[in-house]
Amino acid sequence: MNWSEFFAMGGYSLYVWGSYGMAALVLVLNVLAARQREKSVRRELEETTRLNQVEAE
Amino acid sequence: MLFHKYASPKVFYAFAGQLIPWFAIATLLLLGYGLYQGLFVAPPDYQQGESVRIMFIHVPAAWLSMFAYMVLATSGAIGLIWNMRLADMAATAAAPIGASFTLLALVTGSLWGKPMWGTWWAWDARLTSELLLFFLYLGFMALQAAIDDPRRSARAGALLALVGVVNIPVIHFSVQWWNTLHQPASVSAINKIGTPAIHPSLLIPLLIMAVAFTLFFVTVLLMRLRAEILHRERHTGWVAELVKP
Repeated sequence: MNWSEFFAMGGYSLYVWGSYGMAALVLVLNVLAARQREKSVRRELEETTRLNQVEAE
Repeated sequence: MLFHKYASPKVFYAFAGQLIPWFAIATLLLLGYGLYQGLFVAPPDYQQGESVRIMFIHVPAAWLSMFAYMVLATSGAIGLIWNMRLADMAATAAAPIGASFTLLALVTGSLWGKPMWGTWWAWDARLTSELLLFFLYLGFMALQAAIDDPRRSARAGALLALVGVVNIPVIHFSVQWWNTLHQPASVSAINKIGTPAIHPSLLIPLLIMAVAFTLFFVTVLLMRLRAEILHRERHTGWVAELVKP
């Protein structure tokens, strides 16, 4: 088997690689979104902590 | 009791932090092995040719879409009955992940349907009930986002999720109950010689990918759960201590 044959997927390249590409996108975006959520929660927490400190002073 | 100890958001936050790298490594290893098996080792199908490789994405995504929903609904029920905050948070954390895999199942189904059935979409029982599952996830997220009070939000979400559970057996049995374009079950179906109605050369990559997707779900669930814990426990002393600059 050579590589161009592999990428051609017997004529189904659009469908097969479309599916694997979509899967890669879903996996990557899930990780990024989870990290983003953690970051925004932490930012929000730091903000309130800072405001509380200012109020206390 | 050990269960109660780990049900404390503070303890679970640290525990999840220790688990995440192990689940991430296991996911990567199995995903790599599954992709190698699915793309290089598995033979083309005698009828579907190379397009059968879509199965290694489509079927695990569809299984996970239902599994994640059961995790969501079970967590919601536990939160509803025993008033367990960690369970409420788990339900909230599971929703976007489940929704994304439902979408993946729908899109890859479409990409597989076009060359095999000649159509991207058909309003038949299997496809429609899976689309309904996607809307149940979106409805759950929209409902929770619309209610500010976290306890009321959790209760409303859990009730919606529990009503939606009725859709899960409908998805599973739809290919038996109604005439459909979708092919019937192969993995759970046993043929005349007592083996699954799918050849091991296709079954093995399929199962590896299914386990890899499930491990991925657990990894991201733990990540989201940690963020959710910080958010909902933001008024507590231990969180303030944790984020102290």
